[in-house]
Amino acid sequence: MISSHIGYYSLLLGFIISVSLLFYSIFYLKKNSQKINQNIFSLLFLQFFIVVISFISLVYSFIISDFSNETVYNNSHSTKPLFYKITGTWGNHEGSLLLWLLVLTLFIFLFIIFSKKQPVKYRLLSIFFQQIIISGFFLFLLLTSNPFNFLFPIPNEGLGLNPILQDPALAIHPPILYLGYVGSSIIFSASLASLIQNNINKLWATHIKKWIQIAWFFLTIGILLGSIWAYYELGWGGFWFWDPVENVSLMPWLCLTALFHTVIVLEKRNLLKSWTLILSIATFTFSMIGTFLVRSGILNSVHTFANDPERGVFILIFLFSLIFLSIILFFIYQVNESNTEKKFFLISKETSILINNWFMMYFLSVVLIGTTYPIFLEVITNEKISIGPPFFNKLMVPFLIFFLIFMALGSNLKWIKDNYKNIKYSKIILFFVCILISFYIVKKTSSELLFTSVLGAAALYLLFVNIREFLNKKNNTSQTISHFGFGLFVLSILLNSLFSDEFSANMKLGQELVYKKEQIKFSKIKSIDKENYKSIIVNFEIKDDEKNITSLYPEIRIYNQPNILTSEADIKTTIFLDKFIVINLIKGEEIFNVRYQTKPFMIWIWISVCLISIGGMLGVLKKN
Amino acid sequence: MKKNIFYLSVLLFFTFIFTIFYLGLDKSNFYKPKEVKNKNLEEFTSTELFSNKQFSSKYIIENNNFTLINIWSSWCAPCRSEHAILMNLSKKTDLNIIGLNYKDKKNNAIKFLDELGNPYSKNLIDADGTISISLGAYGVPESFLLNNKSIVIRKYIGPLTSDNISEIIKIIQ
Amino acid sequence: MIRIVKYILLISFFILSFQKLSIANNISSEVDKISKNLRCLICQGQSVYDSQSDFALSMKILISKKIKEGKSEKQIYEYLKNQYGEWIVYDPEFNRKNLILWIFPLILFIFGGLLIYRKVFIN
Repeated sequence: MISSHIGYYSLLLGFIISVSLLFYSIFYLKKNSQKINQNIFSLLFLQFFIVVISFISLVYSFIISDFSNETVYNNSHSTKPLFYKITGTWGNHEGSLLLWLLVLTLFIFLFIIFSKKQPVKYRLLSIFFQQIIISGFFLFLLLTSNPFNFLFPIPNEGLGLNPILQDPALAIHPPILYLGYVGSSIIFSASLASLIQNNINKLWATHIKKWIQIAWFFLTIGILLGSIWAYYELGWGGFWFWDPVENVSLMPWLCLTALFHTVIVLEKRNLLKSWTLILSIATFTFSMIGTFLVRSGILNSVHTFANDPERGVFILIFLFSLIFLSIILFFIYQVNESNTEKKFFLISKETSILINNWFMMYFLSVVLIGTTYPIFLEVITNEKISIGPPFFNKLMVPFLIFFLIFMALGSNLKWIKDNYKNIKYSKIILFFVCILISFYIVKKTSSELLFTSVLGAAALYLLFVNIREFLNKKNNTSQTISHFGFGLFVLSILLNSLFSDEFSANMKLGQELVYKKEQIKFSKIKSIDKENYKSIIVNFEIKDDEKNITSLYPEIRIYNQPNILTSEADIKTTIFLDKFIVINLIKGEEIFNVRYQTKPFMIWIWISVCLISIGGMLGVLKKN
Repeated sequence: MKKNIFYLSVLLFFTFIFTIFYLGLDKSNFYKPKEVKNKNLEEFTSTELFSNKQFSSKYIIENNNFTLINIWSSWCAPCRSEHAILMNLSKKTDLNIIGLNYKDKKNNAIKFLDELGNPYSKNLIDADGTISISLGAYGVPESFLLNNKSIVIRKYIGPLTSDNISEIIKIIQ
Repeated sequence: MIRIVKYILLISFFILSFQKLSIANNISSEVDKISKNLRCLICQGQSVYDSQSDFALSMKILISKKIKEGKSEKQIYEYLKNQYGEWIVYDPEFNRKNLILWIFPLILFIFGGLLIYRKVFIN
């Protein structure tokens, strides 16, 4: 009760601070002061602190199961384990928006602390733009999604958290994802500030690069956690479904990855100024578009938030105000591209980065149109269509081949101008060797033999080139690790999709089935009562042709509140192969539907994404 | 000048997108198949619940001016509430009502009809649900009104309402 | 060079140890393949393959019946589109209505290519 009051008034206060910071920053901008006034520091800190308090009071309401709070009532239950009471705070629309605000205020606070070497006006302007975003979100929260609404009479019990969200990976997925997804707001604010200040130069690039890398790192890890969760929790054995919720996290990622590379060109060569700004602005815009698409309920997705058209309208207007603001600022403040004498040579690092951007933008456009086209079509023609994996695969995978090859060839070129002769013959020979290996691996798969072997070859090629670079040690370690990771990533996904196998059947206790070379035995069944669910655990023994027995324990959980059945898969992971088994109850019978899958190289997909992000993190840590 | 036109068109482009998104908010994100009228119903054969005899849909439909195929199941709660309306319809008119018993247990189905009455002239079994899907059905309950040429005149998703019934009566007269 | 060969040999050795893996090629894998491309009408965020609803389960049985009748993958999609509308298939058709969907990214790609060409060769 009290905590809801504290939380709510903190939010109000935070909004007032936000508005006063808007005025303060303009005031000091006009004063042309040499230093940032201490008041601004204090206010920024206070704002962050107050959002933390508001957040903690919501967490507290969840911990003590205060059902007078509507958000707690809708998303919690008193029998839920403490850990999931806490993580349930951000497992819903209102709480996750509070997390948004927390990240927004955290980033501007840190930004001001770590940008002391930058011009005062630039910093003040960054505060100004970030506060526009922050005040917008305060309003959004207070007007449409207040996490501290009261309920009267006070219910005795809450409705509970969707069981599929009661999971450790998903508990930390939102905070980490948001550090990247929302963290990109600071890049947005800082670029608008530097546009007005006209200080888009090498120094600025060095400074903003760190923020880009940090946001990128967290976004990558956040997406990875989401995929891992989908893999074992949704129980289908897939890890990426091209669902709208996934696509909206991929769009800022693609944009940020392009920016990650472009900003290096700006840093080293003082080129591509407006392009860098456009990408910086676009990244956060895509985060906002994603929020709109997911929270307004305009799209149909596996992961639905409670939605309400009012919220959609608010976010939509806010989103487009930011877009129009950026366009108008671009119109008023022209970017001076540095002298045109500086040339791009075909064989040079900057051109290869342009090619990277070219592909990134292409992939981005595929994801964007694939996600939003149904909306356009429905509004214009009133027809509904579905766009799913086949569409994305058809448009993306063929381009991936060229992308991988360019990546292998381009990333180690020199700046300004490199020589054809530096592309050694050994690289060409290596490529053909890769085709041979790849052909040998995929020859058993009957369909699209040529295409898959070339794709595999391109990924292998990237892998080998980077191993060589790594051994040479002359080169950029962080880049080599990330690029190696990407090659490994494509290769693992390819092999995984080619060699995954599955078998499904209805089985009962004691039954034994033979599938290919393996024997699957339904050996035991038991049921256990847990804190907030009842669990039916089935034991399967899988004997392979070498008589090795693997025991798997898939589970069906019957949650009490809300009353939902979930299937928990059991997975045995080895370095080469995942054995994945999941069961479902068949209506009112003692028979279970069993789905057994073998998925090779699964763990390598996760490892490769970790490598990609570790490479990025090394870039942050590196001293310039 | 060129610059102005460029920026203007960018603004217009985003305004267009804004409008589309705004209009899109009003549309339901839940898909319901369009009501396809005047479509031919796919033929099927199945076993009758009580007599255990095989019947073909074509034979049943062609011998009557109008036929109502009603997909139902004893485990489906809305079917229970719909049943009284169907009983009423069968008493009031001589419409040929065919039941399609969806994914049900035979005993439960018979018990259900014993308890609530049997409005159906024949009750065909759809044990695995594939017949319903081949008719283009969505779930239970669902009803199709057909003429004697197997053409679907009306399709009702969800339980029949009394408005639906008066519409059906109007059509068959 | 010799070092590269060593690495390649090492990795090929890895790959050779995978010869156990093989590709499923039977009706059930065909049903999986088709049902992954179909959208479930009951739980609309999921594919028929992923869903455990009655609708999806019956759909899978129907697909395997159709395969046994000798229908091709494409014929099954056509058949279902006819019953439930284009929405049910995850793979949008390439037709006039969806033209922008399919060619927008490609146009953008060509346009981007031209921009880079101009930057590198003309400027």
